[in-house]
Amino acid sequence: MPKVYENVGCPYCGCSCDDVRVTVSDDGKKVLEVENVCAIGTEIFKHGSSEHRHRLPRLRQPDGSMKEISYEEAIEWTAQHLYKAKKPLMYGFGSTNCEGQAAAARVMESAGGCLDNCATICHGPSFLAIFDNGYPTCTLGEVKNRADVIVYWGSNPAHAHPRHMSRYSIFPRGFFTGKGQKKRTVVVIDPRYTDTANVADIHVRVKQGHDYELFDAFRMVMHGHGDDLPDVVADVPKEQILQVAEIMANARFGTVFYGMGLTHSDGRNHNIDIAISLMRDLNKVAKWTIMAMRGHYNIAGPGVVWSWTFGFPYCLDLTKKNYAHMNPGETSSVDMAMRDETDMFINIGTDAGAHFPIPAVQHLKKHPWVTIDPSVCMASEISDLHIPVCICGVDTGGIVYRMDNVPIQFRQVLDPQGLLTDEELLNKIADRVDELNAQGA
Amino acid sequence: MAEKYILNMITQRAFEEGVAMEIGKTSPEYFDACNIIEMNEQDMKKLGILKNTNVRVTSESGQVVVKAVVGRQTVYPGLCHIRQGVWANQVVPPRTQSTGTPQYSGFPVTVEPAPEEKLKTALHLVQGAVGMWKGEE
Repeated sequence: MPKVYENVGCPYCGCSCDDVRVTVSDDGKKVLEVENVCAIGTEIFKHGSSEHRHRLPRLRQPDGSMKEISYEEAIEWTAQHLYKAKKPLMYGFGSTNCEGQAAAARVMESAGGCLDNCATICHGPSFLAIFDNGYPTCTLGEVKNRADVIVYWGSNPAHAHPRHMSRYSIFPRGFFTGKGQKKRTVVVIDPRYTDTANVADIHVRVKQGHDYELFDAFRMVMHGHGDDLPDVVADVPKEQILQVAEIMANARFGTVFYGMGLTHSDGRNHNIDIAISLMRDLNKVAKWTIMAMRGHYNIAGPGVVWSWTFGFPYCLDLTKKNYAHMNPGETSSVDMAMRDETDMFINIGTDAGAHFPIPAVQHLKKHPWVTIDPSVCMASEISDLHIPVCICGVDTGGIVYRMDNVPIQFRQVLDPQGLLTDEELLNKIADRVDELNAQGA
Repeated sequence: MAEKYILNMITQRAFEEGVAMEIGKTSPEYFDACNIIEMNEQDMKKLGILKNTNVRVTSESGQVVVKAVVGRQTVYPGLCHIRQGVWANQVVPPRTQSTGTPQYSGFPVTVEPAPEEKLKTALHLVQGAVGMWKGEE
């Protein structure tokens, strides 16, 4: 009889939907049906039972081909290279559970290298702004139950967080929002007329890269200097700025969800810190919160796990052995890659091969490259060693942190068929590095 | 095309790109989803580009051949968009403004018609960039 699993977590975006229903064949090896999940999540569960998945590590041979080796050999290869490297870098962690992230902290503490996660190329600028200015936020349930004004600024949930609008922000009927969408005003601020803008009541078409001016204009209005605005700011007419500012000031409970439109554009963290300043201004007259649209289902996890381990969320320099250091312009993955400061790269739960700018990939590739990932990806195809592992939420469970830092327990639905989890693999590597350190001491 | 016309490039998500990525980065779905540039129709006319033909995109840090289309999520004249992924990252400048985050959105590019040029696969681009490509050029 096929087994039906309820309340399964979806390991894709920061929504970390936990209402998925998965039907699995009676031998536990095949996903037969997936319900309640978006098309992207569906593909992850289908991919989990693909026949094309690698079940053993593969080591690059002198002729350039990849040959299967045992887990023991892969662990030995990785530990030896980590022990020899002066400044190895382990990067990724968007797609693994918190247990794996804690084990990775142990490996890099033993190896004395650098530890970084995908925040560095994603919401890292948000962290920088939060350090400067604070983070007046809330959980997603607060938005569902209270919010009557929703602003998506530089984010496009219709494409990046497909069930965000239907689970948390616009469409659900909450405790104080019983009329659902009808009583919520939705504003989308984006240079493109996105599919999210298509759902919104108001689309503010800002000039790309000029969000800072627009925030400045909103803050001027909040401070009572709206009359001094120029006729047009960042391509937005003054009348529209005044109109949106009035909606914001009259909100009972408002939330700004922002994304890569702010963190990837000119200004980076300063776009976020002025957004947070606007929240402070708005909270004098209304109730406002802000939330980063975190990307992967557990990219909030490393921030939390490494904060309680080392006190820093990302860009960790552990080379000094007994104290950690963090300074993103100096200790971030891309900056270190571009200055050729690392001599070994471990790609785990991400795909730096596809998602780093290609000059950074070219620098990293000068040195040994290990990929720890369930799937074939660009990183696995240029690495010296590819170690396949369980997919969190499919072959293994664990804790993940949603975009609002709410921990969710993910479930295992498939038989891992001999695959190690990230946690098991990394602990074995750490054990071996500890042995080598003891021998060398 | 006498004068040089600079466009402002952004690289962002798309639903199709997310689905294709989970099917696999070496799949035909990923190839179809990500090797396109979305442009404004006025810009395409100005640059002599026909819809659904290949173009060469050049930035300060690289170049890539992609297919020019008019996207449903419209861009204003002067703005263009490649979905995030292998093709986009051939031209994304790695400069981080000392924050660790590269210039994924808002960098200058030139776009020129290249209807005879072939589109390269993801593997060809990435392995080619690091000297590991063993297939045909």
